[in-house]
Amino acid sequence: MQIIVCIKQVPDTTNIKINPETNTLIREGVECIVNPFDMYAIEEAIRLKERCGGKITALTMGPPQAESALREALSLGVDEAVLISNRAFAGSDTWATSFTLASAIRKIGHYDIILCGKQAIDGDTAQVGPGVAAHLNIPQITFVKKIEEVTDRSIRAERMMEEGFQILESPLPVLLTVVKEINEPRLPSLRGKMKARKADIPVWGPEDIDVGGDQIGLNGSPTYVAKIFAPERKGSGKIFRGDAEEAVDQLIHELRSGKLI
Amino acid sequence: MKYSLTEEQEMIRDLCRIVADEKIRPVAAKYDEEQTFPWDVVKAMGDADLFGIFIPEEYGGLGGGVMELCIAVEELSKACGGIALALAGTALASFPIILFGSEEQKRKYLPDIAAGKKLAAFALTEPNAGSDAAAIQTSAVRDGDCYVLNGTKQWITNAGEAEIYTVFAVTNRSKGSRGATAFLLEKGMSGFDFGKKENKLGVRASATGEIILRDCRVPKENVLGREGLGFLIAMKTFDQSRPGVAAQALGIAQGALDEAVFYARERVQFGKPISSFQGLQFMLADMATEIEAARALVYQTARAIDAGEKNIAKESAMCKVFASDVAMKVTINAVQVLGGYGYMKDYPVEKMMRDAKITQIYEGTNEIQRGIIAANLIKEYARKKK
Ligand SMILES: Cc1cc2nc3c(=O)[nH]c(=O)nc-3n(C[C@H](O)[C@H](O)[C@H](O)COP(=O)(O)OP(=O)(O)OC[C@H]3O[C@@H](n4cnc5c(N)ncnc54)[C@H](O)[C@@H]3O)c2cc1C
Ligand SMILES: Cc1cc2nc3c(=O)[nH]c(=O)nc-3n(C[C@H](O)[C@H](O)[C@H](O)COP(=O)(O)OP(=O)(O)OC[C@H]3O[C@@H](n4cnc5c(N)ncnc54)[C@H](O)[C@@H]3O)c2cc1C
Repeated sequence: MQIIVCIKQVPDTTNIKINPETNTLIREGVECIVNPFDMYAIEEAIRLKERCGGKITALTMGPPQAESALREALSLGVDEAVLISNRAFAGSDTWATSFTLASAIRKIGHYDIILCGKQAIDGDTAQVGPGVAAHLNIPQITFVKKIEEVTDRSIRAERMMEEGFQILESPLPVLLTVVKEINEPRLPSLRGKMKARKADIPVWGPEDIDVGGDQIGLNGSPTYVAKIFAPERKGSGKIFRGDAEEAVDQLIHELRSGKLI
Repeated sequence: MKYSLTEEQEMIRDLCRIVADEKIRPVAAKYDEEQTFPWDVVKAMGDADLFGIFIPEEYGGLGGGVMELCIAVEELSKACGGIALALAGTALASFPIILFGSEEQKRKYLPDIAAGKKLAAFALTEPNAGSDAAAIQTSAVRDGDCYVLNGTKQWITNAGEAEIYTVFAVTNRSKGSRGATAFLLEKGMSGFDFGKKENKLGVRASATGEIILRDCRVPKENVLGREGLGFLIAMKTFDQSRPGVAAQALGIAQGALDEAVFYARERVQFGKPISSFQGLQFMLADMATEIEAARALVYQTARAIDAGEKNIAKESAMCKVFASDVAMKVTINAVQVLGGYGYMKDYPVEKMMRDAKITQIYEGTNEIQRGIIAANLIKEYARKKK
């Protein structure tokens, strides 16, 4: 089983600040982490390998420091990693990102299952996984919460829906995006960390994956960002003080008069 | 402060911090209350390769030394000194194999320990032989290709949970301190049973129990070193392992200081955070200073051992005495800083205070350690000219 996991390095948004003037992230001093959903994708890849054997390759497109996300994947049990990095890729939107990733995957050649996170916690579009599948012209199952069965030719998976779930079957190769319900990611091991520290991670540029010009980066990105703004701040909450019983009465009164209950 | 850790040591610290935060801290109070063995956590520690830290690479370990072990034990003990003891106790029982085991014994036992598949236990203490280890009564009598062991060991860490036991028994009573021998026993050998499980003040997530040997036949291949080396093996083992106890104490102390400072900044009395009162500030300052001093002594001793320094008994005893006394004092003061809340099980400091106490008692009480320090000191000065 040849497995590819696409991972993205993202700022740790649990303690992030927005520049109120430009409405952009203040990136300085913010720790970078592997996109949390991608940790589930890595774990699922390792479990698949434990079940079926094979090899796992982790892939990321990003700046040079995104290499540390790949080393983390290696420390968990991923076999090989490739960093796609070059100034020419800067400014990629979801179309250019998925085109680039798909081109790299084609270059890797053999693959049975491609795993992605459901979405990235910074860009949040959930488009890259499906985009990669579209560019490769292979089937996709998104929001997977359970892989029920895999053979060397097909897969059956449970998809999480807002109401209930769907069970889909697909031939391989296939692309899956996973939700956090799918597993509990393991912790790294010391041996894994040491192996990861020493691992060679090749860096691929446009020429390595036969792309270029207006296919990639800003030029290859049809998204036009017209304006970025922060959502309007909601008014501050209201606190009912005093004796608990009185406060609850007041709250109920307020909710009733607002026709909220 | 930076401690000039190597890249590998930092890796060990960071990973142990993750294990402590994600696997230990959330369940520390539960296991303390239930006093059951935390197999799920121990399994996670094994998966993270923590049991391989101090074992040579050729036997499936990561080839670290005492320093690497200390870093791990300290970090885990910040979250729970009892759970960390599953590792420290296994290390204590593995050192005799690493130091004195034959090639065959090392190949047979160390890889499973390194992989976290089997825990180990060190069995010296008996009902009538604590500080006076030479008074052990468990006997081993040669019978053909075997030794027949009889006796009772008490308060053995990991008893019942471990698969591999380093057991000390008398082979020749007339030879006194040269009459004891160390054996490798395995759970399941006939005549090898477990007795009472103790109900304890602290480190309640650690199993402490009795071992009962009734005509237990142990093949002669399981003798460690050779007949008569038992006490030498025990003493050399303690020289290596005492910094580990010190690291456990250090971790407990640091954990308590962390709780105390966080709390002091939040708790408001007389309209101000209690951290603004000089009486508490001085207490916190002393706690932090003593912890830092203990850490310096522990790390320095561990590094000296790893660098191959031979006569280390004095320093090894010093770091155990000092760090454990600091841990006791710091945890008592941490409870004081938290006041009545500190006395309640809703906060972790009362547990830390209970856990700290054992570090002054086991692997040689602090009185025995002071005896070792003084004996070495006086010997050194006897050689010096004034
Ligand atoms: C309105 C808007 C404006 C933007 N403007 C800009 C801009 O001006 N400049 C700019 O640089 N970016 C911009 N971006 C960001 C950029 O489009 C996305 O960050 C990027 O294409 C990935 O999309 P995503 O973060 O939404 O990932 P998602 O589609 O949510 O990610 C899903 C999964 O795809 C995989 N994946 C995603 N990205 C990668 C990657 N790089 N490598 C490997 N796997 C990956 C992961 O498995 C991930 O879990 C903008 C995004 C939006 C929504
Ligand atoms: C939780 C726990 C775990 C343990 N784990 C293990 C284990 O894994 N393996 C193992 O073999 N043992 C273990 N022990 C035993 C431990 O090492 C002994 O308790 C310790 O060595 C002290 O022996 P004792 O309790 O019999 O005290 P005693 O020797 O009876 O001492 C009682 C008091 O007298 C003092 N004293 C004794 N002799 C002197 C002296 N010469 N000078 C001054 N003061 C002296 C002592 O310091 C102490 O204060 C464990 C004990 C506990 C409580």
